[in-house]
Amino acid sequence: MQDKSTVKQLANQEYKYGFVTDIEADAIPKGLNEDVIRMISERKNEPDFMLEWRLNAYRHWITMTEPKWANVKYPPIDYQDICYYSAPKAHGQGPRSLDEVDPQLIAVYEKLGIPLRERELLAGVAVDAVFDSVSVATTFREKLSELGIIFCPFSEAVLNQPDLVKQYLGSVVPYTDNYFASLNSAVFSDGSFCYVPKGVRCPMELSTYFRINAAKTGQFERTLIIAGEGSYVSYLEGCTAPMRDENQLHAAVVELVARTNATIKYSTVQNWYPGSKDGKGGIYNFVTKRGKCQGANSKISWTQVETGSAITWKYPGCILLGDNSVGEFYSVAMTNNYQQADTGTKMIHMGKNTRSTIVSKGISAGFGQNTYRGAVKVLRRAEGARNFSQCDSLLIGDRCGAHTFPYIETQNSSGVVEHEASTSRIGEDQLFYCQQRGLSREDAVNMIVNGFCKEVFRELPMEFAVEAQKLLGISLEGSVG
Amino acid sequence: MVEVMSDKPVSEYAIRVYLADHERSDKAVEHHIPPRIRALRRSALERFCALGFPSAKREEWRFTNVAPLANTPFHLARQAGAGHLPPGALDKAGVKGLGARRLVFLNGRYDTRLSSPGEMPAGVRIGSLMANLAHADPQAEGRLGESAPWHDHSFVALNTAFIGDGAFIHVPRGVVIEEPILLIFISIAAEHAVVSHPRNLIIAERESQVCVVESYYGPSGETYFTNAVTEIFAGEGARVGHYKLQREGDRAWHMATVGIRQERDSACEAHSAAFGAGFSRNDVTAVLGGAGCSAVLNGLTMISGSQFADNHTRIDHAQPRCESQELYKGIFDERARGVFNGRIIVRQDAQKTSAMQTNKNLLLTGTAMVNTNPQLEIFADDVKCSHGATVGRIDDEHIFYLRARGISFDEARSIMTYAFANDVIRRIKPAPLRVLCEQIVLAVQDVPADFIVTEEK
Repeated sequence: MQDKSTVKQLANQEYKYGFVTDIEADAIPKGLNEDVIRMISERKNEPDFMLEWRLNAYRHWITMTEPKWANVKYPPIDYQDICYYSAPKAHGQGPRSLDEVDPQLIAVYEKLGIPLRERELLAGVAVDAVFDSVSVATTFREKLSELGIIFCPFSEAVLNQPDLVKQYLGSVVPYTDNYFASLNSAVFSDGSFCYVPKGVRCPMELSTYFRINAAKTGQFERTLIIAGEGSYVSYLEGCTAPMRDENQLHAAVVELVARTNATIKYSTVQNWYPGSKDGKGGIYNFVTKRGKCQGANSKISWTQVETGSAITWKYPGCILLGDNSVGEFYSVAMTNNYQQADTGTKMIHMGKNTRSTIVSKGISAGFGQNTYRGAVKVLRRAEGARNFSQCDSLLIGDRCGAHTFPYIETQNSSGVVEHEASTSRIGEDQLFYCQQRGLSREDAVNMIVNGFCKEVFRELPMEFAVEAQKLLGISLEGSVG
Repeated sequence: MVEVMSDKPVSEYAIRVYLADHERSDKAVEHHIPPRIRALRRSALERFCALGFPSAKREEWRFTNVAPLANTPFHLARQAGAGHLPPGALDKAGVKGLGARRLVFLNGRYDTRLSSPGEMPAGVRIGSLMANLAHADPQAEGRLGESAPWHDHSFVALNTAFIGDGAFIHVPRGVVIEEPILLIFISIAAEHAVVSHPRNLIIAERESQVCVVESYYGPSGETYFTNAVTEIFAGEGARVGHYKLQREGDRAWHMATVGIRQERDSACEAHSAAFGAGFSRNDVTAVLGGAGCSAVLNGLTMISGSQFADNHTRIDHAQPRCESQELYKGIFDERARGVFNGRIIVRQDAQKTSAMQTNKNLLLTGTAMVNTNPQLEIFADDVKCSHGATVGRIDDEHIFYLRARGISFDEARSIMTYAFANDVIRRIKPAPLRVLCEQIVLAVQDVPADFIVTEEK
């Protein structure tokens, strides 16, 4: 078929963020032990409580075994063959403002399409960029601080806001939570910290861009967002990495705390290097994300578009503790070639009249394996809880797989829990209908897939929705023919 | 002595009882069963010992705690006669209106006097598995252990280790048996906790048709354990209906596995209605092993008090153009707890598969609980698969609608519960069984019997 060749071309489109930047990096030797953790802590001039917390996490981690329950396959990871800290070599002290940031670094982000300066001026998005292990620049900080919003690299927060960090770090994801969260707690290098005080509506989208650059390094960032009473914040996160033959590990932790009447909206476009067409290389993305709706009427909304990574293992969840609190999860997960994704969410209803919505769209193409794994728990005290889950899978090609494993545990009869899932492929009749109306086969597929994901895309902030749609188009278009 | 592995320490005494009973029963059946089956019994015992009792760490048993069962020494139930039956038990255990072809098993053993297999067309066998094994029926011997998952299910392994008696039904090519065959399993109380391991084998050859109704019944207030396994083989184009009615005593442990293997263009239905037992676990596995098969799995669970019921189903679409439909409903009253786990697997190249699965649960009180895990594993693209699961209580709007029409709250609640259950009951084809299930639901719900909504046929 004629379209097949165009399709192939598009399918073989390469990962365009796969460049490596030669930047002098300050890295510590590979391997993991207590000395390495002390070294990381020392480099960051951390107070004692932080080091103690890290060491406790490490001591707990060594007693744990790697979880095997996820529906993903990968060779064993050698945790001693990973470098746990790599930072672009700073000229003396760390950058005080954007002007002091290494121009080469800025160029990297320009190449990635995150013009730090322009965004600052035009888009009005405050960006915190994390390069390998450290945060390189945070824009718009002054304007935010006028409102009392603290938005800074995590390592700065540890130094400047130790009380807040002490109070909230590990309050949602304790260092004993799971294997990868414990590892992260022991070695996390940097990340973003955000505190929105009572009654403040954050006037702009906050954004973090993560990039792994150095070879054989793992990235372990930690994000902590606290939304005070009645506040609102929307946070975006994007990720890329260079193309490398070996697999790289990314084990992040994100903790969100929403107080009474607060709303946190967390959006992710994950585009780590997915590995080559034959499944070589790529990022192992093992992430723990959890939000706690601590106060009444609070709301946490997760939106994610997962197109990258060789393996994705990620379950952004909500603990609905406050009465009338709301949890939302919107996800598009796309696996092509030999990518594997085991992703979903966990909604734990504890407060009265808590509500949660789950919309998950999985797209598998090539040899990709896509698993939705979700848990909805309604605990005994959660009177009047309500959950609606919808998981749809789209299969493109006959060698890929789509799997759905929802867990529904209800201990309170006053709640209503609904789960629906369907699996199908793009129908020949649908394609025919579009083609008959003059659309190319490619456009028809694109349109149908975009329609399939629309419910999720419309939850994304503008800039990201456009990017997500494009990303999906790139990873997909080759697969139908 | 074989070492028993287990995720949790279990009472060694309980295990020793199983092993001693096995040794004794092995001697007893020595001259009655063919060498292959004896060898199968031994390997299954080894397998059981290797698997041990499942702990909650195993995904398949995550919400199902069998520790009290593992810690109770259950002695192999002795042979019993009609004289041991409490008065009226046979009628209570049966299905009124069904019985032209009836096989009765007391403590898992075939009772010739109480059974009436009826007249059989040439080549048809309906009778005791033990008797057919003793007469070296090659069909009975050859297929045993092929469709029941004894390699990875502890209790199927345990049953296989104790293969002795049960029903054997063999319908040769092209023969149609219209009248449902009723199998009644009655457990009789003894001075200590007893276990029976009924093993049924149903073989429907090419283009034949058969319908089997299994009814399990036992005394209330007694601790006993029924560990049943039924294997069903449907040949090319065969039609098999299988119904399982479980009304065990309120302190009974009931484990049952139905293993179905289908060939090209065959159609099987497996229905389960569970009302009794303190603890029940029902596994249904169907392998659609030929193109163009269809499978229907239906289930109704209605329990109260502190009863526990677990339904596990697994439909394996191994070949293209097969269709499966599954509807499981659960009603949980008081402190009852339910588990549902339904897995649908669509293998690579099983194109044009259609698989629909629905699990709906009704919690009547704030203390009832349910865990449901519908699962889809799909490796082919040209498929239509869906699953849905709901957990909820009776809609206040519905109750209001009925109350506005002068119906009391209790009655309105009962009517809605009955309506919820009726969705599954009306799919039961043999009329006497359908009526009986309706009556059970109505009686539990205190709905006047004249309320029955007769379905238009």
